[in-house]
Amino acid sequence: MNLEVILHAGLATGTILLFASIGEILAERSGILNLGVEGMMLFGAMAGFSVSLATGNAWFGLAMAMLAAGALSLAHGLVTISFQADQVVSGLSLTFLGTGLALVLGNGLTGQNAALIPNYDIAGLASIPFVGPVFFKDHSPLVYVGYLFAPLTWYYIEKTRPGMHLRAVGEKPVAADTMGVNVYRLRYFYVFIGGCLAGLAGATISLSVSPGWYSAQTTSGQGWIAIGLVIFAQWNPLRAALGAYLFGALRRAILDLQGPRMILGFTNPLFINSNFGFFLQMAPYLLTILALVIGSRAAMRKRIGAPAALGEPYVRGERGL
Amino acid sequence: MAFPLQLSVEKRTEDVPKWLPAATSVGSVVAAFIFSGIVLWLIGSQPLRVYEFFFRATFGSWASFSDTMVKATPLILVGLACTVAFKMKLWNIGAEGQFYIGAFFASLVVLVPLVPLDSPAIVIITFMAVMGMIGGALYGFIPGFLKARFQVNEIITTLMLNYVAILWNNFWIFNQWSDAGFQMTPTFERSAWLPRLSDYARQYPAFSGITLHLGVLFGLVAAVVVWWVLQRSRWGYEIRLIGDNPNAARYAGINIARNIILVMMFSGALAGLAGMSEVSGVVHRLQERISPGYGFTGIIVAWLAKLNPFGVVLVSILFGALIVAGREVQPSGIAQMIQGFVLFAVISSDVLLRYKIRIVRTTSSESTAGEAA
Repeated sequence: MNLEVILHAGLATGTILLFASIGEILAERSGILNLGVEGMMLFGAMAGFSVSLATGNAWFGLAMAMLAAGALSLAHGLVTISFQADQVVSGLSLTFLGTGLALVLGNGLTGQNAALIPNYDIAGLASIPFVGPVFFKDHSPLVYVGYLFAPLTWYYIEKTRPGMHLRAVGEKPVAADTMGVNVYRLRYFYVFIGGCLAGLAGATISLSVSPGWYSAQTTSGQGWIAIGLVIFAQWNPLRAALGAYLFGALRRAILDLQGPRMILGFTNPLFINSNFGFFLQMAPYLLTILALVIGSRAAMRKRIGAPAALGEPYVRGERGL
Repeated sequence: MAFPLQLSVEKRTEDVPKWLPAATSVGSVVAAFIFSGIVLWLIGSQPLRVYEFFFRATFGSWASFSDTMVKATPLILVGLACTVAFKMKLWNIGAEGQFYIGAFFASLVVLVPLVPLDSPAIVIITFMAVMGMIGGALYGFIPGFLKARFQVNEIITTLMLNYVAILWNNFWIFNQWSDAGFQMTPTFERSAWLPRLSDYARQYPAFSGITLHLGVLFGLVAAVVVWWVLQRSRWGYEIRLIGDNPNAARYAGINIARNIILVMMFSGALAGLAGMSEVSGVVHRLQERISPGYGFTGIIVAWLAKLNPFGVVLVSILFGALIVAGREVQPSGIAQMIQGFVLFAVISSDVLLRYKIRIVRTTSSESTAGEAA
């Protein structure tokens, strides 16, 4: 149990959730709920790993992972935006499809050694006591990207003109349309970006943070946790980043709890019976539920809700397609 | 010169023809097999050989058809569980977890034991079925309550609870009730087994090796019950009204919060019964991985059946076949991929129910509009 180690690992694994949940935030702010994050992540993890294995270039693998998951997300876009199908069911089927495709195409990748993205230190910053080793030492470059990514997306959504169009499309598509914003095109675009980011999250796992292909275990439900985080974060990228890092740290703390014999002067129950570990493993899932309860209550109290048009297909005038 | 044919898309004003929903479901399945075939072909296997193998492994003989029906049994119950919830637009993605908790509660009857183990089989089995339903219903209560009371999104909570349920079961089978250190409980007493056709092989030799068990009757009875509740009872009317138009339901004085909890519990009870039927009819003990994702497949089953309880029975047989075949063919994940394609095709084809799409000849005045579309 070492705080420095836990926080360091929390930032690394939290980066996965950060990319996935910010991607989902962008899609949801445009009015499209995409429950397929888990499937897109797994598909991205598989695509990234296999491209890196084939070409020996991990960065190229990463880019292909983003494109692959982005392409997959367009299926959801087609069905929900053009065909106006139910977004919940479509998202679920995207998870099935992504998982199934990843397992079929990823057959034989287990145990292979692909080129990976190495860790780096940030020169100068890494030598600051405590902060340096936690934030700036021996991290994947993707973690450093993540530090900048959350504030930049926040700025983009809240302060820029394209961000304003994004919000308009998700809150009041009719008004946005009247102002000359192409609702369909923007929604497709942000669903695609959300997919790319889910793919990035997947490849962050398979090429960098916990490298390798372990079939469905590669993501092990993190896509769903990312969706839970979006609600907890009330569709705000900065809060999502905070939640993601917190979750990452908790996951690591849970692992580390199984080590020491004594905790705060008590005998560690896991030393008596390691099966109690099953209860510890429940923690991330139970915490997601708890985070949802807190997030939902705060949203009710402050009347902050989901984007108003979230889940509603937009039909222009009387013409549907 | 414009292309002489174009698609005309108009909103349906008249009722959808009766045959169309069924036709789109069948078409979706066919389309899914075609898409999956393309993927299989791309990775270098021979789709037609794979499908031929699928067919022989699932409908080729009475014994393999019985295997298919054994897999269809939990799917019927879980598919009905999803049907009930989805009718109200309540997204219970937690049938998997409710299945595991149902199996756990049913196993308690034998493992604690809650009834003397020398009681007649009918007492033990009835008790197990009731406990399975109670377990599933209690596990459905949690997300139902959270949604009704705090407006917590049930999709995420039910999903998270799936993981929790599996870990909960693991604790007991690794710890308390582990059979000599293996990750399973000891085999149940014979009196806790659902009767199988092969049990009667002595009188009827044709039944030897046929593993079909009584659970399939649970499924068929449940289909009738669910149909009656949804179509004939007052409660079913409330459920359908809330699903179609929550505002109208609110004006009509229907208590939505109460219905969220009740429907979640009803749905959970059906999934829990599926868990009971599986431990008592197939594996005869509590162990790891009693479900290869039945709870999730149930979602597709319900949707492909267009939330029709009898449709659920038919679709379950098809998907039972997919599970049987998927077990025996490499790479794994083929069955899941086909399921994903099926679901996508189904929801895409819904557009045909809302719009009339025809191929029409363009007249000269329309040809420019045709290019724009």
